[in-house]
Amino acid sequence: MFSDYSMSELGAIFAMQGFAGLILFSVFVLMALGLAIIFGQMGVINMAHGEFMILGAYVTYFTSIFFADYMPAVFGTYFFVAMILAFLASGTLGLLVEWSIIRHLYKRPLDTLLATWGLSLILQQLYRTAFGAREVGVTIPSWMMGSMPVTDMIEVPINGIFVMVLAVGISMAVYIMMFRSNWGKQVRAINQNRVMAGAVGINTEWTDRLTFGIGCGVAGVAGSAFTMIGSTGPTAGQLYIVDTFLVVVFGGAGSILGTIASAFSISQAQSIMEFFLSGSMAKVLTLLVVVGILMVRPQGLFSLKLRK
Amino acid sequence: MSDTPKSKDPMAVSRRAMMAGSAAFGAALFAPSNLLAQDYPTSEVNMTGLAVTDDTVTVGILHSVTGTMAISETGSVQAEKLAIAQINEMGGVLGRQIEVIQEDGASDWPTFAEKARKLLVSDKVPAVMGCWTSASRKAVLPVFEQNNGFLYYPTFYEGLEQSPNVIYTGQEATQQIIAGLDWVKETKGANSFYLLGSDYIWPRTSNKIARTHIEQFLGGEVVGEDYYPLGHTQFNSVINKIRLRKPDVIYAIVVGGSNVAFYKQLKAAGIDMSAEDPILLTISVTEDEILGIGGENMEGAYACMKYFQSLDNPNNAAFVTAFKEMWGEDIVIGDVTQAAYLGPWLWKAAVERAGSFDVDKVREAQVGIELDTAPEGYVKVHENHHLWSKTRVGLAKADGQYEVVFETADLVEPNPFPEGYQ
Repeated sequence: MFSDYSMSELGAIFAMQGFAGLILFSVFVLMALGLAIIFGQMGVINMAHGEFMILGAYVTYFTSIFFADYMPAVFGTYFFVAMILAFLASGTLGLLVEWSIIRHLYKRPLDTLLATWGLSLILQQLYRTAFGAREVGVTIPSWMMGSMPVTDMIEVPINGIFVMVLAVGISMAVYIMMFRSNWGKQVRAINQNRVMAGAVGINTEWTDRLTFGIGCGVAGVAGSAFTMIGSTGPTAGQLYIVDTFLVVVFGGAGSILGTIASAFSISQAQSIMEFFLSGSMAKVLTLLVVVGILMVRPQGLFSLKLRK
Repeated sequence: MSDTPKSKDPMAVSRRAMMAGSAAFGAALFAPSNLLAQDYPTSEVNMTGLAVTDDTVTVGILHSVTGTMAISETGSVQAEKLAIAQINEMGGVLGRQIEVIQEDGASDWPTFAEKARKLLVSDKVPAVMGCWTSASRKAVLPVFEQNNGFLYYPTFYEGLEQSPNVIYTGQEATQQIIAGLDWVKETKGANSFYLLGSDYIWPRTSNKIARTHIEQFLGGEVVGEDYYPLGHTQFNSVINKIRLRKPDVIYAIVVGGSNVAFYKQLKAAGIDMSAEDPILLTISVTEDEILGIGGENMEGAYACMKYFQSLDNPNNAAFVTAFKEMWGEDIVIGDVTQAAYLGPWLWKAAVERAGSFDVDKVREAQVGIELDTAPEGYVKVHENHHLWSKTRVGLAKADGQYEVVFETADLVEPNPFPEGYQ
């Protein structure tokens, strides 16, 4: 397969392929962080995660229209405003959902699966009714499209870099909140022993609500970023949900670091195999390997050491 | 092209019906627009207990308006409703107004089968306009064959099927593929192709036909063939593979949400389709899909279809005007939407030729029916229940429309079982 190419051509292709793997890694991290917070810290299986992402995507769409109509001069910057709005919108919806549905189900974690799956169907139909069944095209500011030539042959997509920077930024923000803030300390305390945490004066109800809201908000930001690389439609969230759970479960529920490690290994494996095999075969092999590893290590790559 | 006799209509007295929006439409072509119901007593036109009364006839529309497929099927529903409204304004079918029972397949194939059974068994409709994916068509096929129903199926599809109970108003695979490949070879001198698709029956069958045609008839070379699961959203690896193989043409049959991801990432990776290096030729992106992809991401790509909204002919101008009047100024019309629009008109023509709503008689009358008011131009029903139609190539513009750059001189014969290609 490579015999016809010069070394420099091969070098360029492998560099770009390595970069493609990093982009996929960033995409996985963005998708999975929100879920890692909710599933990992609260044990809630949120099947509506994709729909929270798509809410962020729709917010981005409407922000872009608003900027195009009223502030065309600063159109290039709308994306940052959109991401903040997406965080607020998805986060607020998350708070509402936690208050109305999830808090009644903490003692029945498997039921959260059914309830949130129902919620995901309801949200899809709501989007369809409100925004139309067709996909919407989000206009991306022109500075974010196209690619940057690094050498003569290596070209790096700008939106890829953007997604990578965003993934690093959000991971750091989540890490700081989780391990350096009072809220993070409370979340971890509740995760380890809910009753005891309540007994020492932590407002477990409010902490739960906030955690769920922040997880959904992060999903919204991810959805906003994905308007650059994917589609925005009522059911587009379904495209992400399987990969998201795969990353979180493989990484080990409860460990943010595990999520990142798992995103890295899955994305690299998939992107390398995609290059040498057909896309469908790469997916099959990735899933087989993940299933195999989970059979040996059911707790995932990383797990919290808890006294059981 | 065919020796099927021209349709002979009873009472070919033409009177221009006044119709909003599409004034000239249909009157000249569907001559018997002023058939009177009393000339066709219900007992004679309906001997099989169908949903026909003295002044109405009820047909079914069966598409997904909820679920993943709603995004694609909405246009078909709109087109069918427009055609039915126009037919009713012209006086209906055999003097009877068409009433519609619409059922929702909900993007779920068993639901399609169940709703089809309901339409045929309890509603007793003489015809159904419906289905979009091949999976949904395969699910309803036994129901239509068992209950002797009649389905008008609008989507371009992989072929390999011919049922006495279905009229296929879209192209089968060879009609869509071969002329486009010939064109790219002749006008662009393309020799090497990279075939790419979503992983299910239509792209795989179509690429099989494309590969055979490229290798055996064009003397070209296929340098790569790749399939990605439906809903796949990351195409950077395949884009690198394409760079490595340097094909003249990327032949893409990616569908659904993957479509949007593929074209956005192609553009972001610095592959400029306007520069035609490589040329991108697709058979899966209509104007509908460009709405989601964004015209600026699709500019410079070529699509091979039978219909484009920008087609310049009086039929199409009237159709586009009427469609926008009914469904809004911003709406776009893709290939399948136009094919769906033909269904009710073909059925009306067959019923009036047969002088009956009974399915067996309509089926017999349907073969050889000609429409010269179709927005895509003149079409004719082949005895294999597909349509003779032209193949066209369009160049995508930044505004989300295609500019037609090529059309076949003659109608292309439908060939659902292409020998030597499968």
